[in-house]
Amino acid sequence: MSSTTNSPTHHTSTIGAIGAPSRRNTELALLVFAVAIPVFAYANVGLAINNSVPAGLLSYGLGLGLLAGVAHLAVRKFAPYADPLLLPLATLLNGLGLVVIWRLDQSKLLQSLPHFAAAAPRQLLYSALGIGMFAAVLIFLKDHRVLQRYTYISMFSALVLLILPLVPGLGANIYGAKIWINIPGLGSLQPGEFAKIVLAIFFAGYLMVKRDALALASRRFMGLYLPRGRDLGPILVVWAISILILVFETDLGTSLLFFGMFVIMLYVATERTSWIVFGLLMSAVGAVGVASFEPHVKSRVASWLDPMKEFTLSRQGVAGHSEQLQQALWAFGSGGTLGTGLGQGHSDLIRFAANSDFILATFGEELGLAGIMAILLIYGLIVERGVRTALAARDPFGKLLAVGLSGAFALQVFVVAGGVMGLIPLTGMTMPFVAYGGSSVLANWALIGILIRISDTARRPAPAPATNPDAEMTQVVRPS
Amino acid sequence: MSELTLTVMRLGFLAVLWLFVIVAVQVIRSDLFGTRVTQRGSRREAGRAQQQGRQQAARQQAAPPQQRGQQGGGRRGRNAPAKLVVTEGTLTGTTVALQGQTITLGRAHDSTIVLDDDYASSRHARIYPDRDGQWIVEDLGSTNGTYLDRSRLTTPTPIPLGAPIRIGKTVIELRK
Repeated sequence: MSSTTNSPTHHTSTIGAIGAPSRRNTELALLVFAVAIPVFAYANVGLAINNSVPAGLLSYGLGLGLLAGVAHLAVRKFAPYADPLLLPLATLLNGLGLVVIWRLDQSKLLQSLPHFAAAAPRQLLYSALGIGMFAAVLIFLKDHRVLQRYTYISMFSALVLLILPLVPGLGANIYGAKIWINIPGLGSLQPGEFAKIVLAIFFAGYLMVKRDALALASRRFMGLYLPRGRDLGPILVVWAISILILVFETDLGTSLLFFGMFVIMLYVATERTSWIVFGLLMSAVGAVGVASFEPHVKSRVASWLDPMKEFTLSRQGVAGHSEQLQQALWAFGSGGTLGTGLGQGHSDLIRFAANSDFILATFGEELGLAGIMAILLIYGLIVERGVRTALAARDPFGKLLAVGLSGAFALQVFVVAGGVMGLIPLTGMTMPFVAYGGSSVLANWALIGILIRISDTARRPAPAPATNPDAEMTQVVRPS
Repeated sequence: MSELTLTVMRLGFLAVLWLFVIVAVQVIRSDLFGTRVTQRGSRREAGRAQQQGRQQAARQQAAPPQQRGQQGGGRRGRNAPAKLVVTEGTLTGTTVALQGQTITLGRAHDSTIVLDDDYASSRHARIYPDRDGQWIVEDLGSTNGTYLDRSRLTTPTPIPLGAPIRIGKTVIELRK
């Protein structure tokens, strides 16, 4: 039917996205826009800080354009019917992140810190690797349903990825969280970011097979539906193990992310509201429990409840306190509605992790409420496209995987933004695409790659059914 | 750099950022209302579309293009059905333009009309034009059968205009 949809006069209106045009040119146009905005931002920062257009403007623009172009060609070649928005949205966030990281590199205050190293060139390298990862996913993952075969291998590798940082000699304890592994000669890697994707594959594959058993073979208990232990057992065990590992590694953001993803996918697979109730109860119990026993988390909660006290203690030189959160809140506040303008804020006062965990504060100060709303909307649009892909997908595995990945993405944005803005206690996670960090950029580009692959399958028009010559013959032979 | 330039750039950047968001939302909108947008497009290009339609009608008499539903059919003044309409069931309102292609119905994902119906088989029936352009419905050995009006199909049968074809809870008709 694809030949008929090109002309507006004979449009075939069928169900959902079937028969939708490929929209690759829409994607290209948006992509040009998405590259132009960071270039504009880059020039703006240069003019504000150094009174001159930065020398690297042309090469930055060309570099980002080249990366976007490679990604676009990969989509055009390997996923021609994919969603037109995912790639431009991710490119824009990545480009803006690069600009803001470069802007923080220019800060005299941050340059005077002991471990300063220019982060923007490395982030550009990570972005290039990320795009490479994205293209590799599209090239090698011809059909996302292949992943279904690796359900239990995914479970195993997710657990291995999570345990790796605890292995002596391999793991590295950086700033109170044991979530990194050292790869000699390459630097450090955060396996948790990749475990997010692999675990989503496991949950999707497992729930697809067991969802009927989970939804129907259940006992009613106090108005809630409880599934049989043998259906739920394995997945609960995996969840508990991952949570335990994370508690030992004191990486609570990721643990919250995994649990949230688990509940979302369980709810989508079984359509039972009781899972949401269970999930909220269990996370509340878990949060209170962990917060009262784990000193690292305890201090995070204290800092969340009274950031000003934390700030004062830190200024008095008491060890173990940090003024970051209060500085971030001040940054948001001084940004106001329209912001101070790129390159004209003082978010470098956050000092440590200003360009990774707290990068949103720089956006908030220099672009103001108007800018931060736009950024959050762009994240929202990525999630919307992911969920839309899940709706359009025709196979249950693809549906669950798309929901799981976009749910994880949404939760990560919520946990980071909520932490930096003081809505929930701060957890050390990175804002997808904008924050400095190689693992995060690589993993999120891979995530977008998988979503694009699923959406390509979902939106691909059904092939025009060819009239079977044999059937034409049988038509002549009539029993009457 | 003067204060004014920086202010202009600051506001300009916010405007550009929001413009991007708005453009992205427009793309989503055109994706959501794919059908409707196409209709508006054809109304805007009404003159061109009519011309195209006439030319094509002249060129291929056997398979007339669908032209804005009933209006187009009326103008052609022919008795050949132009579209297939689902009138009952979960897919009510779905239309498929008839352009000489075979339409398969069933629960299989690659069917032209994917029936989400417990009473439908995965490859339930197909509808196709014979050499004279007459549309034929054929049951593909389904479990619960395909009904034309009240009678269960045993052989490929020509479909009269407006006759209901029933598959499980779904009813489809051919219309001009």
